[in-house]
This record gives sequence, structure tokens and C-alpha cells, in this order.
Amino acid sequence: MANIEMDGKALSVPDGSTVIDAADAAGIYIPRFCYHKKLSVAANCRMCLVEVEKAPKLLPACATPVMEGMKVQTRSPKALAAQKAVMEFMLINHPLDCPICDQGGECQLQDLAVGYGKGGSRYQEEKRVVLNKNIGPLISTDMTRCIHCTRCVRFGQEIGGIMEMGQIGRGEHSEITPFLGHAVSSELSGNMIDLCPVGALTSKPFRYKARSWELKHTASVAPHDSLGSNIEIHSKNGTVLRVVPRENEEINQCWLSDRDRFAYEGLAAKDRLRRPMIKQNDVWRECDWQYALDFAVHALQALKEKHGAQQVGALATPQATVEELFLLQKVMRGMGSDNVDFRLRQSDFSADAGLQGAPWLGMAVAEVSKLDSVLLVGTNLRADHPLLALRLRQAAKHGARVSLLNPLDDDLFMPLAAKAIVSPAAMAETLDQVRRVLAGETVSGDAQKIAANLQQGESKAVLLGNLAQHHPQFSELHSLAQQIAAACGAKLGFLGESANSVGGYLAGALPAAGGLNAGAMLNNAPKATILLGVEPEGDTYNPAQAMAALRSADLVVALSAYKSPTLLKSADVLLPIAPFSETSGTFVSTEGRVQSFAAAVKPLGEARPAWKVLRVLGNLLALDGFDYDSSEQVRDVALTGAVSVKLNNTLKTLKPLSKVTHGALQRVGDVSAYHADAIVRRATSLQTSHAAANNARMNGALLSSLGLCEGVLIKVSQGEGSAELKAARDDKLPDACVRVAAGSAATATLGGLFDEIKVERA
Amino acid sequence: MANEVIFHSIHLPESWKLENYLKTGGYDALKKVIAEKIPAEEIIAQVKTSALRGRGGAGFPTGLKWSFMPRQFPGDKYVVCNTDEGEPGTFKDKDIVRFNPHQLIEGMIIAGYTLGATAGYNYIHGEIFECYERFEAALDEARAANLLGKNILGSGWDFDIHAHHGYGAYVCGEETALLESIEGKKGQPRFKPPFPASFGLYGKPTTINNTETLASIPYIVKHGGQKFLELGKPNNGGTKIFSVSGHVNKPGNYEIGMGTPFKDLLEMAGGVRDGHKLKAVIPGGSSVPVVPAEIMMDLTMDYDSIAKAGSMLGAGSVIVMDETVCMVKALERLSYFYFEESCGQCTPCREGTGWLYRVVQRIEHGEGRQEDLDLLDSVAGNIMGRTICALGDAAAMPVQGMLKHYRDEFEYHSKHKKCMVSGV
Amino acid sequence: MLSSESLIQIDREVAKYPPNNKQSAVMSALRIAQIEKGWLAPETIEFVATYLEIPAIAAWEVATFYNMYELKPVGKYKLTVCTNLPCSLMGAQSVVEYLQDKLGIGFNETTSDGKFTLKMSECMGSCGEGPLLTINNHKMRVQLTPAKIDEILAGLE
Ligand SMILES: Cc1cc2nc3c(=O)[nH]c(=O)nc-3n(C[C@H](O)[C@H](O)[C@H](O)COP(=O)(O)O)c2cc1C
Ligand code: SF4
Ligand code: FES
Repeated sequence: MANIEMDGKALSVPDGSTVIDAADAAGIYIPRFCYHKKLSVAANCRMCLVEVEKAPKLLPACATPVMEGMKVQTRSPKALAAQKAVMEFMLINHPLDCPICDQGGECQLQDLAVGYGKGGSRYQEEKRVVLNKNIGPLISTDMTRCIHCTRCVRFGQEIGGIMEMGQIGRGEHSEITPFLGHAVSSELSGNMIDLCPVGALTSKPFRYKARSWELKHTASVAPHDSLGSNIEIHSKNGTVLRVVPRENEEINQCWLSDRDRFAYEGLAAKDRLRRPMIKQNDVWRECDWQYALDFAVHALQALKEKHGAQQVGALATPQATVEELFLLQKVMRGMGSDNVDFRLRQSDFSADAGLQGAPWLGMAVAEVSKLDSVLLVGTNLRADHPLLALRLRQAAKHGARVSLLNPLDDDLFMPLAAKAIVSPAAMAETLDQVRRVLAGETVSGDAQKIAANLQQGESKAVLLGNLAQHHPQFSELHSLAQQIAAACGAKLGFLGESANSVGGYLAGALPAAGGLNAGAMLNNAPKATILLGVEPEGDTYNPAQAMAALRSADLVVALSAYKSPTLLKSADVLLPIAPFSETSGTFVSTEGRVQSFAAAVKPLGEARPAWKVLRVLGNLLALDGFDYDSSEQVRDVALTGAVSVKLNNTLKTLKPLSKVTHGALQRVGDVSAYHADAIVRRATSLQTSHAAANNARMNGALLSSLGLCEGVLIKVSQGEGSAELKAARDDKLPDACVRVAAGSAATATLGGLFDEIKVERA
Repeated sequence: MANEVIFHSIHLPESWKLENYLKTGGYDALKKVIAEKIPAEEIIAQVKTSALRGRGGAGFPTGLKWSFMPRQFPGDKYVVCNTDEGEPGTFKDKDIVRFNPHQLIEGMIIAGYTLGATAGYNYIHGEIFECYERFEAALDEARAANLLGKNILGSGWDFDIHAHHGYGAYVCGEETALLESIEGKKGQPRFKPPFPASFGLYGKPTTINNTETLASIPYIVKHGGQKFLELGKPNNGGTKIFSVSGHVNKPGNYEIGMGTPFKDLLEMAGGVRDGHKLKAVIPGGSSVPVVPAEIMMDLTMDYDSIAKAGSMLGAGSVIVMDETVCMVKALERLSYFYFEESCGQCTPCREGTGWLYRVVQRIEHGEGRQEDLDLLDSVAGNIMGRTICALGDAAAMPVQGMLKHYRDEFEYHSKHKKCMVSGV
Repeated sequence: MLSSESLIQIDREVAKYPPNNKQSAVMSALRIAQIEKGWLAPETIEFVATYLEIPAIAAWEVATFYNMYELKPVGKYKLTVCTNLPCSLMGAQSVVEYLQDKLGIGFNETTSDGKFTLKMSECMGSCGEGPLLTINNHKMRVQLTPAKIDEILAGLE
């Protein structure tokens, strides 16, 4: 600790902190633009100049380390004069167009200009005008407003892992821009909007929608991955107009992924379901709630009577809240059925018997940044877990060895210590090699290197990603990872796929007594099936099979926020429910953190929170224990006892490595980031920003052996289903693999994510 | 005492060739260092004794700077030579590289030896590309003669030097901008601290010196610091190369002892061009305040004397102006230079240099207002001392100097909308 | 995209710097590319960036920061005259006027036959020999007089 004096106050501050840190901690405000606590210090705006005793010049507080006995004056006449002078320079070329600027009301320049600026301007010369850049559908630019703080540039270099923005030219002519004609494409790009202290980079979807002071702010939790990022929902007149990060150092820090930031556009999609609907004689019509519920309840009861409780089942999206998942399973169990599940994209359930708790990250999110060595198995990391990727990037920056066993080799924007890029079919075998090395055997190649890296360092982890969890040999991968972790002293963890991938387990929304799991139900649906927020074409392991299965059911009651075409085809009753922004509820994040949130806006039209719908359903079915008054009551029942004891990644029984037989070509079916769930699939700006994803990628050798070339239209087929896609070349893909991402309409007709696939010229 | 230290061989044909340098005792200092295994502390002590002050402009004592390099640092350390000479009026380093590159190389090798460096880089102004090529050829010669590279002169010590060229950015003369530039980035100065001695090229300890500074080292090692000191005056050791340009009959470089009267230097340069009389001198490159003739004629050419007159010796670049020069026009050109060369990183310089230039330009074009003079003074004052690097100060000082000594010309321009000097 | 001779030259530059610091060679690489292509088109900059394994924007930053890179096509011979104060005192203005008259172009313009482009520059660090100019960045001609300029222009095919 160093003892210093600031503005006459005696302060004791940690060694190595800067004057600005010390001031912030002491509640003394030093004006600043370029400084940001998560970025390197640039000291270029010069707004934070302060007077330090014995220093011949004023010093920038952001870049000046404290020293024992230092005396700092932040508001002495000299310091104030400098701050005012810098402010004047800052403004001479600024357009001062606050009335039409989206940053108005939350602009650091505007705020500080009030305190440090002058009324009139002494600058009578011509002002600089900078041409705007089109940097994509997410960020709107007004570069004349830029004050060259370079926060956006540093963000790319230091946090995003890829330098997308730069400062070209020099002097007064310098401009902040991406490379000529390039759009910004990082999955974290929206953070630059927050970082920009002025209105140069603003949200394009939010543009001109509202003035900041008209917005209602509601604290909430992001529902598009399992991190539990804290967000703030900004709404006006009952409409969500934007989402911004809510700072939480232990989770998302001050960041947010583009998916969590811009997916809200999907909340207002045209196909939102506003009234209940029923299908009679193949004709859909709207009706009131009473009618729809009565219809559903009678049909459910009749089918149960006719075929038995075993022919009743329920499937839910893991994006549903704990309360919803809990009540759904309660309805099922009340009806005597154990057929309930939320693990829609899982294909191998054979480890279920060995599970001893809910699979989770295995550590706190914050610990990820501090790992020394980590093996990632089966993950499209930046797409699926953008902020965990950021944490790992931080770890790698501090020397962590990151290894990867994957069928994909997309650039993770961090150095990899070792990697084995193999076909899905070879993953378990390769992982077994790693296990064998750790057991003392010698193998050749990548596995040896991966194992060597896992033997280094103190804090280690083996993490299974979404691809591993969807994999047909998931239980083998799990078993092997468990053995590897044990052998090298690493933690075993799962990168949870969805907002409630852990919460679903805790809520008991999966079969416990021999009931049907999601795989079974999606293969052969119970005669009466309830869907909670499920879109079979995009949310399941095998969409073609899922849709066929649901179409063959006698009754499908779908609780859904959207009137999607597949539901119109397969369901019989559509009950409009509120998405996360319109209901209160709880998510349990991948680190086991329980986070409840309130509704930001009222449900659209006649939509109702799903927990209320399920409560009524329970009551109408005359089941016991459905008299809840609030979602909090539901939560408290659903999550009794400590969560930590219910988290467990260890399998009681290990699954031995099996011999796999597979067809000539195997699909690598990752789920594209912006098609991961029903809301984001409808977020138009995100869709336009990443429109190119719909192609079939394979390496050059495969392309030429099939007589294809890049860009041609090809027909890919799995079983009955086929799709026409463009062929694209990606030499980083393993042999005999065709990468066709799932989730989008273009691939909804296809089969299993990692099943055999055929390719021919269209 | 002229041409004692650096230009001693300049009269020889092809003085830049290794064989010719060797003939004049070249590389003797290096051989001595290696043969006698002179300890680093001893060399630094001699450099301190010599009172050699950095010739790049700031005049920082070289021996002291060398003592800042961490001794026991594991890993790479660097010596960097600054031949980015872009300050208007300065052209001495060009002639060192052009006519005596081996002495610079020898100086860099000795510096590398003394500072425990693993490699050296010479950053050469892009506009003198022919000198860059000549320097690279000299490096090849030195390598071939085992004076450079692996196992230098059988000592078991490896040290190599490479040339890096600029490509048109004055600010890269600033030492940390120069390091950024070697790293392949824009030449934007770094905030200091940390200083290059602890965080320099590629983040490693680095010592940066001017070309003339490093080219003086062999002499100091060979003849001892005291002898060098005595070539100049106390606290201002050695000879110094003065670049004289502008309205003189014989513009060029003159290597003379520190403390030589300005009068003598002017005479060496052939005096003010015929039929004209001296009006003013910018004594240390375009960044320093102008000094009127009457004051200048009484000064000696050393750091202390010029500083007393309110200006600076800088890099020793003497721009001579006769009575035909309009100071408003002169300042307009200089202000344009700083506006054009600002790196754009920090606010006062990026915004302020353009402001200064536009106001001076307006005055020059007869659109000045009376209040512009105070405005100029105030804007210059608002830049001074508030920027990351000294380019901001460099832009402000000429303005303040001109206004101090030639305010009447600026007022005349504003009031009469024409030039006091030319009458148009 | 660049000839193998250019790539060999770039490799030689890369070798000057410690391993993993290929970016250090970007200034030379852009110079070499410019010599081959005459100017730096965006594709050329992107190619250089890819070759050195750095982001394209990082190479573009460099190409736009340093004045001697040309981001638009120039004539076969680019004549760059220093107009800074020392050179101006020594007659740069009349050199400029003479050249502009003779070539019929102003600064940043190219003769209609595509042969000459005229540019002005800041101090070239050679003020003692002003007025002066460079031809295609790398050849300097000093102590210019009208006669000398005529001779220089005549020598440029
Ligand atoms: C804008 C600016 C330009 C500079 N240009 C040069 C230069 O061209 N050559 C030089 O040696 N030093 C130049 N300097 C000074 C260097 O930053 C540094 O002080 C010098 O190279 C150190 O060497 P020395 O101690 O041997 O003088 C410049 C400084 C500034 C602020
Ligand atoms: S003073 Fe000028 S040149 Fe120096 S860092 Fe600031 S903007 Fe760049
Ligand atoms: S905040 Fe310190 S210089 Fe910008």
C-alpha cells in the first residue's frame, strides 16, 4: 500500500495502482475519455491531467502510477486550466449535433462539456468532416463525432482478439475505420458501442428509436447462452428497444456478446403469437384462452385415458425458466408420466444412469480466466460461448496453454498450445489416446502434445462443449474426459449450452424413473405431447425426424411465443407465452449461479407467462399443488436446498470406448450462433450481419474428389431430407467431413447433426 | 579544431568504404575494447567524463542514459540509432551515414558491447534512401570483416546491426515513435514512463541515441573522455556538427568545438548571402524559438548559451534568415509542417496544430483579426506541456517565439492586410 | 500477387527482426510492393498483411501514416519537392513554379501522358543542398536550378 494525498485527502492505495484508480476508489472524479479500466492505457485524450507535487508538468492520471508520499491535486487552478484547454480542443472539430445524436443524454463528451467547456467557441475556422463508414448492420457510425480515444481499436486488439478497427492517416486527418469496405464481424463487436464515449459508434438497430432518458431500465439476465450475463433491458411504451450489459465482474464483467445484445429484435418479430389458436379439421383459428385450455385439457385427458400415461410427454427448450421447467415436469408427473426432457440437441443419453447431479462448468466463471492449462473438447467456442472465449483469451494472454480436440478449426483468436482436428467419428478415439498418454503410454501426434500440455501448470480443466454434448458418443467423451481430468488433476466441466442447461436438471425436467428422454420422444413422439418453447426444426438434434415424429402424434399442445410454420404444421393447440423479457423467472447458469429476473415489459397481446399457463393447466387437469401466487414461490419450491450439492460432473459408471461405423461422409453440424434459439433466429440485424453461414463446407481434397468447386450449388441429403446449399472450401476441416450448420431454415430439412451425409451436384 | 571527431576522413575519396575508414584508424577503438576486455563501467565512465550530450535535440547526458540500462536482464536488449533526421534545418546525420558510416557502426557496436545488447537497429529517414542503401552496404562490409555479426573479432561475442527505414513521418524521430515504427506500426509516440531503458523495442530494455552521439563514441573510447570534453567546454563536451541552411553563401555541415561563437560559424558558412543583412536565426532546428540577429551575434554555440537567450541548441540546425524574410510567412510554413506531421494521437496536438496553422494562414492572407495574436499565444500555451511527446511543444514554441520577437509584423498583417516586409 | 523477387526481398527484411515479429517488416514490404506495383492498391496492402500474418487494417494504418506510400496511382516518375522553410529560403518556390510550368500540372497531379506526378514534401533532411527533389522516393537530386531540372527531366525516359 502507498500513502498518498489527493485534493487534501489522505489515501492509502494498493501499490501499482494509478492515480485515476486511486481517485475512483476515493470517489474523486477525474475527467477522462480514453481511459477504460479493462483496456490498456493510451493516455491520448489528455483530459485527465492533474497536478502532482514536484512534477514539472501536469501528468495524466490514467498513466501515472502512485508513489509513496505523492501529493496530487485534481482541481487546482493549473489542473483545471489544462482540463478546460483539452476540452476546448476536443470540441473545436466536434459537430456539436447533440440534438440529433443518439448518444445524447449518455454522452461523456456532453456531460463533461457542461462542466469543463465554455459557452461560445473561440474556434472560427472550418470544422473537420469525416465520412461515415458502413461497418455492418449492428453499428452505426458518425465519424465526425469521433474524439480519437482509440477505445474501439484497443478493444479489438486486446479483448476481441482481432483488430477490426484501426486509426488510419495521421494528425487531424486520422480516421477510425475498419479495413476498406470490411464490415465488423466479431461476435463481440457491440461492445464498441458501449466503449465509445461519444456518438461516433452507436447501435444501428436502436438508431433514432428513443432518447436515452425516455427509457425504462430493467435488470435482467441474458437467455442465449449459459453464462448468465447480466443485462439491462431498455424499453419504452412496452417495447424492448435495446439491451445493454449490466456490469458484473464475476460473470460478464462489463461485456456482452452481440447475440445477447441484439437478439431482442426477435422479441418483436412479426410472427409473435398474440392469441391462442386451435386447429380443427386442419384449419387454424384464433380463440380465447378458456376455449384453448379446455380444448387442450380435454384432449390430453382423453388420450391419456385411451393410451395410458406412457403416451403423454413433454419437451421444453432449455431456454425456459426454472419455474416453467419445474411446473412442466410437475404437470407430467401429476399425469403419471415420466416423459419429460429439455436436452433437445443431445443424441446419446446412455450415460444418464451414471449421472450423479447436474453437469456444470465445474468451476466459477471467473476461474476460467485464471486457468493454466485447458483442453477444450468439441466446441464452436466463439459462436457458442463468446464471453467464455474472452475469458480463455485472457488466460491465454497470461500464458495459459489452451488445447483443442475438435472437428472444427475456426480461429479462436488466441494461441493454441496443441490441437487435434479430427472428424466427429474419430474424436473419442483421439481423446482415448490422450487418456492413454496420461496413463503412461506413448502415442504419436497431436494427442501426445495435448497430454503434455495438460501435465503443465496448477489450475487445469477439461471442458466439454456443445459439440461434444450433441455428439452420438457423448457418454464416451464424457467418460474419457473424466478419466483424463482425474489423471492430470484437472477439473472436468461442461460448457452449458443454454440459459437453463443446468436449471433444467435442478428443476427435474428430465426422466427419472425410466421415462422417455428427448431423443426417444423426438424419434417416436408420445400420442399426446406438450411442447414448451420448442421449435423442432431448429432446436433438435435431428429436425427431420423430430418433425415427422410430432406430425404423427395425435395431439401436440405447443406453448410458444411464435407462430412458426412448423408448429402450424405439427401442433393442434398453440398457447401464446411470454418470452423472458415479458415474464419473471430464474436461470441457473453454467457455474450454478441462480439468477432471478423480473419482466421488463408486459406480455404482447394475449400472451401469458408460461408459468401461469402451466399453473392453470395443472389446475384444469385437477392436479395437486398448483396454487402458486408468484414465480418466486415456484422457484423456492423448485430450488430447495443448496444448489452446489446438486452439481456433479462425475459419472458413477464409465462407458467403454465403442467401435464406430459410419458412412462415407459425416456431417459436422454445429449450431450457428445466430440460429441457436427461437428469439435470435428472428433478430433481423444479426441475421443480415451473418447471412453467409448457409453453406456446406469441406476441405479442398473432398471438394475435388467429389468433382465440385467452391461456390457451386450442391444437394446435401440425410435420409429423406435434403437441402440445396452452396459448396464452400475450408481446408481446416478434417477429411470426409461436411460442415453444415444447423438451426436455420435452410438446413431444417436435414437429419442428425453428426450423422452420415450425402453430397451431390444440385 | 574543425572536423576532429566525426568528419576527420571526409576529405578522402570514397571515405565511406571500410578500407578507407580502416586507414584512418577506424575500428581501433572496437579492437581495443575487445582486446583489453574493457569493462562496461569503464566505458560508461569515460562517456560521462566526456560530457557528451545527446545530439538528437534534447541534449541529455549520454553517459547517464547508458547507466539506466538494466545490467542483469535476462533476454534481449537493444541499441537503437536514430537517423530519422526530419527536423527542418537538420541534415548532419545524413552526412555521417553518407560519408562515415563505419564510425557510426563502430560506435553502435561499442554501445552494444557496453550495454549488453543482442542487436542494434539504425532507423534511417526514408527520404535519404540512398544513404540507407549505403549504410546496408557498410554493414555487409563490416560483417565480412568479422567486425559485426557472430563471434566479433574472435571474442565469442555476437552482435548484429540492421537498418530500418522510415517512409515519410517526422514524428518517428521521437524515440518511442521510432520504436513503434520498427515494430511495424504507425509511429505514434508512447507515453513515458516506462522509458525505453526498461520497456523499449519489443518491450525489452533499449537505449536510443542519435547518430552523431553514437558516432562520437569511438573517439571517446580511443582518446579518452577528457580529450573529447576539452574539444568543447564544460558540460558541453566535444565537437558538434552544425547544419547551416538558409540565407548563407555556403550552406552545409560544420563540425566545430562546442562553445564556438556564432559569428565564427556564420563566417565559416560564407556569411549572409551577398547584399543582405542578417535578420534572425533559428538556432536549433525549426522547433525552437527564433532569435533576432542582434541577440544571436553575441551567442556561442552550446546548449547553455543558447538556452540563456530563450531558445535551444536542439540538434544544432542553424536556419539563417535575412531581411527579406516575412516572419508571418515563415511561421505559416512551419505551422503547416507541425499540423501535417502531428501523429494524431493526443488531443492538444491533433486539434491544436491545425488551429494554429489556420489562424496563421489567415493572418498571412490578410484575413487576420486583432484578437488573433492573443488567440495564437493562448492556443500555443494550451498545447505546451500537455502532449504525449514533444511534438506538441515543438509546434507551440515557434509560434510563441515569433510572437515574442516579431509581434509587430503580425499586427501589421492583421491591420493593413499586407506584409510589412515585402509591402504586398 | 507480388512477384517472387519481391517476396524474396520481403523475406530478407523479415529476417532482420527477431522471430515472431514479422510485422516489423511491414514498412519495407509495402515499399517493395509499391516499387513493383507503382502504388498500393487495397488488394496489395491486404496481400502484404496476409503475407506477414497481420490484420489488414494494421497494414493499412501503416500505409496511410507514412507519406511516401502512394494510395492512388501516380505517374511513372513521381517528383517530390521539399518546400519546408530552409528549402523555401533557398529557392524551393521557384523550383516548384518552374516544374509546374514546364509539366503543366500542380501538386498531386499527373501529366496526361501518365509520365510525371508532382508532389510536395516536408523536410527531407538535406537542407544544406536545397532546393531539392526526389524521383520515385529513392533518388535525390539537389541544388536545383532550371538548367539542372531540364537535364533531370530529359534523363527520365
Ligand atoms: C518530434 C520529435 C522529433 C525528433 N526527431 C529526432 C531526430 O530526427 N533525430 C534524433 O536523433 N532525435 C530526434 N528527437 C529526439 C529523440 O526523441 C531522442 O531524444 C534522441 O534520439 C535521443 O538521442 P540522444 O540522446 O543521443 O540525443 C526528436 C524528438 C521529438 C519530440
Ligand atoms: S504531441 Fe502530437 S505527435 Fe506527439 S503524441 Fe501527441 S499527437 Fe502525436
Ligand atoms: S484519460 Fe488519461 S489521457 Fe485520456
